[in-house]
Amino acid sequence: MNLPTRSEVEDLLFLEADLLDSWQLKDWLGLYTQDAVYQVPSTDLPRTAEPDNNLFYIADDYVRLEQRVIRLGKKTMWSEYPRSKTRHLVTNVRVLGTSGNDILVHAAFAVYRTKWGNTDIYVGSYDYGLRRDGDGLKISKKRCNLDLDGLRPQGRVSILL
Amino acid sequence: MGTPEQDSLVSDNGQLGLFQVARKAFTDSAILDAEYDAVFNKCWLYVGHESEVARKGDFVRRIVAKRNLIFNRDTSGTLNAFFNTCPHRGAEVCREPKGNAKHFQCFYHGWIFSAEGKLKSLPGADRYSADFKSQDRGNLVPVPRFENYRGLCFVNFDQDACSLEDYLGNAREYLDLVVDQSAEGMVVISGQQDYAIRANWKLLVENSNDGYHAATTHATYLDYLANTHAKGNEVALKGIGRELGGGHAVVEYTAPWGRPIANWIPSWGEEGRREMDAIHARMVERHGKDKADRICFKNRNLLIFPNLVINDIMALTFRTFYPAAPDYMNISGWALAPSAESEWARKYRLDNFLEFLGPGGFATPDDEALESCQAGYANSLETGAGWNDISKGMMDPSYDDEVQMRSFWKEWNRRVAPAAGHAEQGVA
Repeated sequence: MNLPTRSEVEDLLFLEADLLDSWQLKDWLGLYTQDAVYQVPSTDLPRTAEPDNNLFYIADDYVRLEQRVIRLGKKTMWSEYPRSKTRHLVTNVRVLGTSGNDILVHAAFAVYRTKWGNTDIYVGSYDYGLRRDGDGLKISKKRCNLDLDGLRPQGRVSILL
Repeated sequence: MGTPEQDSLVSDNGQLGLFQVARKAFTDSAILDAEYDAVFNKCWLYVGHESEVARKGDFVRRIVAKRNLIFNRDTSGTLNAFFNTCPHRGAEVCREPKGNAKHFQCFYHGWIFSAEGKLKSLPGADRYSADFKSQDRGNLVPVPRFENYRGLCFVNFDQDACSLEDYLGNAREYLDLVVDQSAEGMVVISGQQDYAIRANWKLLVENSNDGYHAATTHATYLDYLANTHAKGNEVALKGIGRELGGGHAVVEYTAPWGRPIANWIPSWGEEGRREMDAIHARMVERHGKDKADRICFKNRNLLIFPNLVINDIMALTFRTFYPAAPDYMNISGWALAPSAESEWARKYRLDNFLEFLGPGGFATPDDEALESCQAGYANSLETGAGWNDISKGMMDPSYDDEVQMRSFWKEWNRRVAPAAGHAEQGVA
């Protein structure tokens, strides 16, 4: 498989960040394959831990991810209505190689969430799996590894990281 | 209807069917100090589960009521809780969150302690008096009281406290319904959810067994259930609330979600049905049909006063939490499971857990609600806005009433009001 260039991958990740920050979540979900997974492990777990036998903060398959997006669009989703202001900064992007059908990408992130006068920072690294989709790329896996000792004071991951 | 006496914190008026709590209980730093004195320094507090230190030498660090503790299993297999501080000059002797160690070494001056807490060696030992080591002065200090109930380990900082069993009292019946889910023992699944909420800790006590808020706060979750997993599952939210004495309380009810022990829902398919039927059959064999049905088909949200919440619902979670300020708490949550459950059951248990529970689950509007209450208390100085109402179901408590909260508040008031210099009872 031909690996995409870093700038091709960055175009995708920067578009993703922009869709999240402008709350265009249905378009954001459109970047994902129908078998995609989205994960945020608990902060005391090793990088190899899997959600089948370890307690994560989030381990969504596509069905639940889609429901998460539907929920985030409702006014009765009280934890994000009114909505937070967010800014996703994505950097240190590296295209690592392939595993099966997936192109493996590693990146660093800092996500700022502001609500009710508090600005909280989620910082960590992304492990992506990407797939060729025609001329473009889609996301088959996004794992958000937090470089934190817990969600203190962030409290929750009601936004998408 | 009158206003409760300004001097009281809790007003319980059975004749009027009125139960009120002063909002300053959530905002006043003098009350927070009184809570540490009269509640956290006197009550039995959950420190961990025996499975977290399953092997000899296993240890975890735990913060309990501002103390920094080592919870470990020593080389003889005994469970201990020590203050994590060198008896010499104070540095922590354990600086890793968890692990396995035959001894702990203070990195400041090099004192070494056994897993039993005994001082083994210290550099320059010849410069100490001949009696120094034999006096036990150099040993790690154990927490005054440390006891466990069927693997659930608790500490108490009050040497004179009653026994843990007496303290748990009627709540033991409900702890047994958790522990009896496995003949082989329960385990804490790896992965600890540490998080915070910018709200008073008692708001989480109330929320953790509040059936009243489900329909509105969790509208999107109930929609989600109805549209996905529980489609075609018409089980209603229905049950009772019980005051257990000592501030402990429980709600026990049926609900539309699946339970890994052992309430099947259609989305789990035929494999899931076989798993659930087999688990139920084993429960019947061990406990008889009535208790088995109760374990398998009923949900329970249990509060062990003051701050251990055991929710045996779509998954099994323990959580405990402490205030750092009147408007800020730190929470730790764990998932528990039978040690011998199948890979299928473990996977579906965790999937069920994350769907609703924890800081990424679909119940996160709870946390927002608590912060919203805390923000609302900024108005409590105004006449008429200074009191919370906890009167629902004073005649005949259902699962979605507030008897369990009144149970907590009565015990809280009995302990805190005198310590905070308030009248214990105020009736309009």
